[in-house]
Amino acid sequence: MKMSGAEILIECLKREGVKHIFGYPGGVVLNIFDVLYDEKDIELILTRHEQGAVHAADGYARASGRTGVCIVTSGPGATNTVTGIATASMDSIPLVVFSGQVPTMLIGNDAFQEADIVGITRPCTKHNYLVKDINDLARTVREAFHIASTGRPGPVLIDLPKDVTAGTAEFKWPEQVSIRGYNPTYHGNKWMIRQAAQMIAKSKKPVIMAGGGVVLSGAAKEVKELAEAATIPVTTTLMGLGGFPGSHRLSMGMLGMHGTYYANRAVQDADLLIGIGVRFDDRVTGRTSAFAPGAKIIHIDIDPTSIRKNVRVDLPVVGDVRNVLRDILKVIREQKGQWEAVRKSWLKQIDAWKKEKPLSYTFDKKIIKPEFVVEKIYEISRGRAIICTEVGQNQMWAAQFYKYDEPRQWLSSGGLGTMGYGFPAAIGAQIACPGKLVVDIAGDGSIQMNIQELATAVVNRLPVKVAILNNGYLGMVRQWQELFFRERYSHTRLDTVPDFVKVAEAYGAVGLRAVKPPEVEPVIREAFSIKDRPVFMDFIVDWREKVFPMVPAGAAIDEMIFDEEEKKPAKKLKAVK
Amino acid sequence: MRHTISVLVENKFGVLSRVSGLFSGRGFNIESLSVGETIDRSVSLMTIVTTGDDQIVEQITKQLNKLIDVIKVVDFMDVDHVEREMVLIKVAPRKNDKSEFLKLAEIFRGRIVDSGPATFTVEITGDEKKIAAFIELVRPYGIKEFVRTGKVAIAREGVKRT
Repeated sequence: MKMSGAEILIECLKREGVKHIFGYPGGVVLNIFDVLYDEKDIELILTRHEQGAVHAADGYARASGRTGVCIVTSGPGATNTVTGIATASMDSIPLVVFSGQVPTMLIGNDAFQEADIVGITRPCTKHNYLVKDINDLARTVREAFHIASTGRPGPVLIDLPKDVTAGTAEFKWPEQVSIRGYNPTYHGNKWMIRQAAQMIAKSKKPVIMAGGGVVLSGAAKEVKELAEAATIPVTTTLMGLGGFPGSHRLSMGMLGMHGTYYANRAVQDADLLIGIGVRFDDRVTGRTSAFAPGAKIIHIDIDPTSIRKNVRVDLPVVGDVRNVLRDILKVIREQKGQWEAVRKSWLKQIDAWKKEKPLSYTFDKKIIKPEFVVEKIYEISRGRAIICTEVGQNQMWAAQFYKYDEPRQWLSSGGLGTMGYGFPAAIGAQIACPGKLVVDIAGDGSIQMNIQELATAVVNRLPVKVAILNNGYLGMVRQWQELFFRERYSHTRLDTVPDFVKVAEAYGAVGLRAVKPPEVEPVIREAFSIKDRPVFMDFIVDWREKVFPMVPAGAAIDEMIFDEEEKKPAKKLKAVK
Repeated sequence: MRHTISVLVENKFGVLSRVSGLFSGRGFNIESLSVGETIDRSVSLMTIVTTGDDQIVEQITKQLNKLIDVIKVVDFMDVDHVEREMVLIKVAPRKNDKSEFLKLAEIFRGRIVDSGPATFTVEITGDEKKIAAFIELVRPYGIKEFVRTGKVAIAREGVKRT
C-alpha cells in the first residue's frame, strides 16, 4: 500500500512503541502534524519552545528508560533543539529528534528557514541522518531508534525535507537492523572479569564508584549485590545518584567537587577503585594526577573511548555494566571470602570520616536555608519523588540533601550543565510517570530560562512542583566570585526577579511563597496536595549560603574547603531584602 | 609519534566531515588525509597521518571506531605495510642546470609530466623519506610550486588486517 512520507513516519513511530512526542509545528513539518491530527495512539505534547520539547523528551526518557521523541520544524525550530540535544549527548540519554527541512531541491540555497542542522548537530549527536529519498525513511527511523537506545545510548537526529514527508511510497518495515559499523560490546572479556574478581579479593580498602551507566544499563541491583557480597563501600557520581541506595549503610553519597568529605577521602585512601559506568569527568576527579593515588583502578564501561581518556586504568573491562557485574559476582560468590571481617577496619575508618565531617548546614530560625528546603522535600515526599534540577547551587543541594534510593529518580543535566533543563524535564517525567510526585528543584535564575513551559504544564494538567530556591543571585557563580574573585559580584545579582507567585497565577498555575523557616513545611504540604495543576513554590532563601564541601578547580579531591562562615559577623545578612 | 591510520568508511555524504570534525573537535592533529572509493563502491578508504603519544593515538582509533559510519580502523604502526605518496613539483632550473636537474629526477624515478620554456613539472612517487630527500635536493634549483596527495598505505601479503 502506498503511503505518504508523513504517514510512513507515524507508522514507524507506532511500531517503535512511541506513545508521546514532544514538539512544535512549523511550515515544513505541516504534513506530519496533519497526520498527527487524527492520530489516536500517539499523543503530541505541544511545548512553548523547541528547547522545552527536547528537554521534556529527555526527562521522559530518563524517568521511564524509553527513548524520548520530539518533532520540530526547520531552521530556528531545529537550532533551538541544539542545547537539548547536547545535554542528552553528554549524559547518554536516548532521544530521536525529527527536524523538518526545506525541500531537497532547495537545500543549500539559503531558503527560508533553512539551517544545516545535520552539520550543526554532528558533534553532539550519537549519529544523524538527512533523508533524501522517501524509500529510505522507514529504514532510517528503525536504525535511529536502534542506535539511540543500544550500546552507550545517545541522541539521534533525523532531518526530513518537506518533499520527503509530502511524497508517497510503498511502506516497507525492516524487521532487522544491521549496521556494519555499529556493534557495541555487551559482554566483558572473561579473563578481565577473573582478574577483576581477584583484584577485589586481594584489596583491603576498595571503593565502588557508580555512575550514570549503572542507571542506563539497569544495573542498580547488581551494584548493590556486589557491594553487599564483598562488603565494598559505594560512592556515586552526580549522574549515578539512585544507582545505589543513598540510605544504604555502605553508601558514601556523591564524590567530586561538591561530594562528601568521606567519599572523597575514601577514594583518595583506597587501594582499589572500581569505576562502574563512569567516565571520570573533571568534576569528579579534580586534579587527575592526584586522583586516587594509592588505588588500582578497574574501569567497567560499554564505551571503549571512556577508558584511559582521563585517568590511568589498571584493568579495563568493556561491556554492558550489568552483564559484567553479573559475571564478576559469579566469580566472587565462588570465593566465599570472609568480607565483613576483612573490611572491618576500612569501614570503621569511613565511619570515622562520616562522623568527623558529615554533610551539614547551620539552621537559622529567621531566614530560610536552601538545604533546609531540600531536606523538608525529602522528608515530606518520604524519599520517593522524582527530583529534577536546574544547574548551579540548587542542583548541588538537591544532590547532597535528598537521598535517592531508586534509579531514574534523579534527573539532572550533569555533563553539559544546562540551566533551564529541570522544569521541561519534569514535565516529560510527569507524562512518563503520571502517578508519581515530580519536583523540580530550581533557582531563580535557571527557572527563568524555560519558564514559558508553565503553559504546557497547565494545559496538560500536570501537577509538577517547582521549588524555587530564590536567592536573587546566580548563586553558584556568585559563590565562585566570593571565594576566588574577591567578592566582586560581576553580573550575578539578578536585580529584577519576577514575582513567581504572580507568574504562576498568570499562567493558571498555583503560586505559593515561604519567607520564614516555619512556612516551609506548610507550603510544601499544600503544594504536594495539588493534583491537577503545576505549582511554583517561591522560597526566599539566604543569599549568602554556599555549597560545601568544595574542591577548588585544579585541586585534588581531598583538598576540600568547608564552611567557616559562623565566625564572621552577620552584618551582610541584613543587606538582604 | 607519527601514525598512519587507515579508516574504512561507508561511502555516504557527510562521512568526511564526521571524521575531520572528530579530529578538530577533540584537538587531534591531521598531517594528511586522503580518501577514495574502494573496489566495493559502498565503501571508501581514508588514510590519515596523525601525530600523538600512545594515549592520544589510542583515543583517536577508539573515537574513529565509535563513529557509526566507520567500519574498520587499522593503525599501521605495528603492521608491516607499504606506503606511498605522490608529489608534483614545478621547478625552474637555470639554463645551465637543466640537464643536471633532469638527471636528478631520473635517479629518483621521477617523470616529467609537463615542461615549458621556464619550468619542469616532475611527478615523484615514494615513501616519506624518498620524497623528503628529493625535495631537499631539488630545493636549490628553485621550486615554484608543489602539491602532494597525502599518504596511502596497504598491508603486505600475509599480514592479517585485524
